[in-house]
Amino acid sequence: MLAQQLVNGVLLGATYALFALGFTLMFGVLRVINLVYGFYFTAGAFLALWLTEAGISLALALPLAAIGAGAIAVVVDGLLLTRLRRAKADELSSLMVTLGAVLALYAGMTAWLGPDIRRLPPGLVGAGALDLLGVRVTVAQVLILAASGVLVGGLLWLVRGTRLGLAIRAMAEKPDAAALMGIDTARLAALVSFVSGALAGAGGVLIGLNFNAIHPYMGEAMMLRGFVVVIVGGLGDIVGALLAGLLLGIVEVLTAGYLASGLKEAVGFAILVLVLWTRPAGLFGRAGVARA
Amino acid sequence: MRRRTAIAVALALALPAHARAAESVPVGAVEILSGPNSAYGIAIKAGLDLALAAINGKGVLGGRPIALTVEDSGGTKDGAINAARKLIGRDKVVAIIGPTLSNEMFAVGPVTNGRGVPTIGTSTTAKGITDIGPFIFRTSLPEADVVPVTLRKAIARGVKTIALLYANDDAFSKSGFDSMKAAAEAAGLSIIDIESFGSKDTDFSAQLTKIKALKPDAVAISALVEPVSGVLLQARQLGFGKETLFIGGNGANSPKLGQIAGAAADGLLVGSPWFIAKPDKLNQAFVAAFRAAYGKDPDQFAAQAYDTLFILAEAIDRAGAATPEKIRDALLATDHTGPLGPFRFTDHRDPASTEGVVVLEMRGGVFGIAE
Repeated sequence: MLAQQLVNGVLLGATYALFALGFTLMFGVLRVINLVYGFYFTAGAFLALWLTEAGISLALALPLAAIGAGAIAVVVDGLLLTRLRRAKADELSSLMVTLGAVLALYAGMTAWLGPDIRRLPPGLVGAGALDLLGVRVTVAQVLILAASGVLVGGLLWLVRGTRLGLAIRAMAEKPDAAALMGIDTARLAALVSFVSGALAGAGGVLIGLNFNAIHPYMGEAMMLRGFVVVIVGGLGDIVGALLAGLLLGIVEVLTAGYLASGLKEAVGFAILVLVLWTRPAGLFGRAGVARA
Repeated sequence: MRRRTAIAVALALALPAHARAAESVPVGAVEILSGPNSAYGIAIKAGLDLALAAINGKGVLGGRPIALTVEDSGGTKDGAINAARKLIGRDKVVAIIGPTLSNEMFAVGPVTNGRGVPTIGTSTTAKGITDIGPFIFRTSLPEADVVPVTLRKAIARGVKTIALLYANDDAFSKSGFDSMKAAAEAAGLSIIDIESFGSKDTDFSAQLTKIKALKPDAVAISALVEPVSGVLLQARQLGFGKETLFIGGNGANSPKLGQIAGAAADGLLVGSPWFIAKPDKLNQAFVAAFRAAYGKDPDQFAAQAYDTLFILAEAIDRAGAATPEKIRDALLATDHTGPLGPFRFTDHRDPASTEGVVVLEMRGGVFGIAE
């Protein structure tokens, strides 16, 4: 049972990490706590739902939904955040603006589509589970694990291994200086929005596939966990988000499995408080260093 | 010209009002007709309207029609109280049907009970509804009465040990769990594990893995339909098979279960006060009339509302006068048979019999009567 519980924890943690990646990128580069992120997650899941219902295969629907969610993010972030960035507003302003916007978006979406839970067409991925020495893992879960690994790797390469990444890091460090060096910060901000939105969208598709429940408020349900993950991992820290996601997943599962299922959430959020007390820059973070 | 129109309008407004005051019996209903839970209220209104048309064919108290006013509560306590006040103050109703949710009844009941207007819930299943006062009735079987019937069926299939799983952040699910636990203990089942989760959770793997290791004969789940579906989907992923019987509470009694969980829900048992395919004549006549009137299938809420208006109409007849006090006393003597089966009230104004309860089993994504 312990082996299965640990696997449960890693898989749950992978969904948290997958959700938190774009959220932490957005903060690391743009210094924006973007709560609309949860909406991009929902949007990605719905786009994939409609595409697969129209008969498009998951292999194509997943990237298309991610690109769609990224495009939505460019537009919405552009509308909401450009003014704030120009005014050099602080993080609290972005938090308040995006909080209002995301609640309006969820409510609007519910008014439009209804609160019902939808499921992706059956048979998109193999329904069977792999049985490895008594530990069961489903195809969707393997996909999530692989996707989290690939996306973390890809994101690290983008940020640390490319000229674009250099520009992104320069902007994260000092937007004004970066602009003086000839970096088009407005375009770069749009690009970061796109990448962050696309990550959210991909996460929405994969997590929607795993739990098979797609509804307008699915992003909101993940957002609280996402918050814990990015804060524990260190705001803006990509590897930190991965590790913190896994940690939270494992702790939650072990709490429910061996302590009491009612305490699952209490323990997760107690970790958040403890980390903020002892290491305000995150478990893996270093204070004062610009991350991205 | 304008004056003539004005007189015509005045007459048109005055005449029916006058006629209504002289003849019809005003009855009110408070239901959710807008917002996220409006599906329940709309189904109830459809059932009431269908019954109203049939009852007004011959009327009550020797030919007087019932004038039914349905007010929207919007699903909130405030909305429900306002609607009830409007019905009592403006329409002078002699009885109220509704409100839709138990939560709303806990807010409205004290008001209508204080004004001495009999109030009959048709969809309120929580504990303590009729404790509000002597004018509060309900025709919906409380979950505590339905669950034992489901468990009897499970025991007949050889279930001896059971694990309970419930959403611990929702009054409806918690109350359902309390009923399940009490019923399981009363039926002599051994409860080998109790696990909980949050109603917005999507991951239940830790709880299910633990339950699976304990190998219970049955797992009973008290939650709304969405988390129940999630639990079933994940249980199948974790390798729960036919050897484990899943049992749902009231929340699982929804066609949405099959739509969300699909084949994962197969084999689940749930008790229901009503089922569309119940073969008796009264039920089939109701289903046929409903389909003819609305072009779709009725649900449990429409059936309960339909029966309730008949129960009320018969009580008004027995009372011999359209006064709330006499109608209350007459309701206590109810002996009605409708689509829900034979119906009487207990002295505490709850449904007296569970004879009408049907145990359903999920097969291929739809409910059928369990064998």
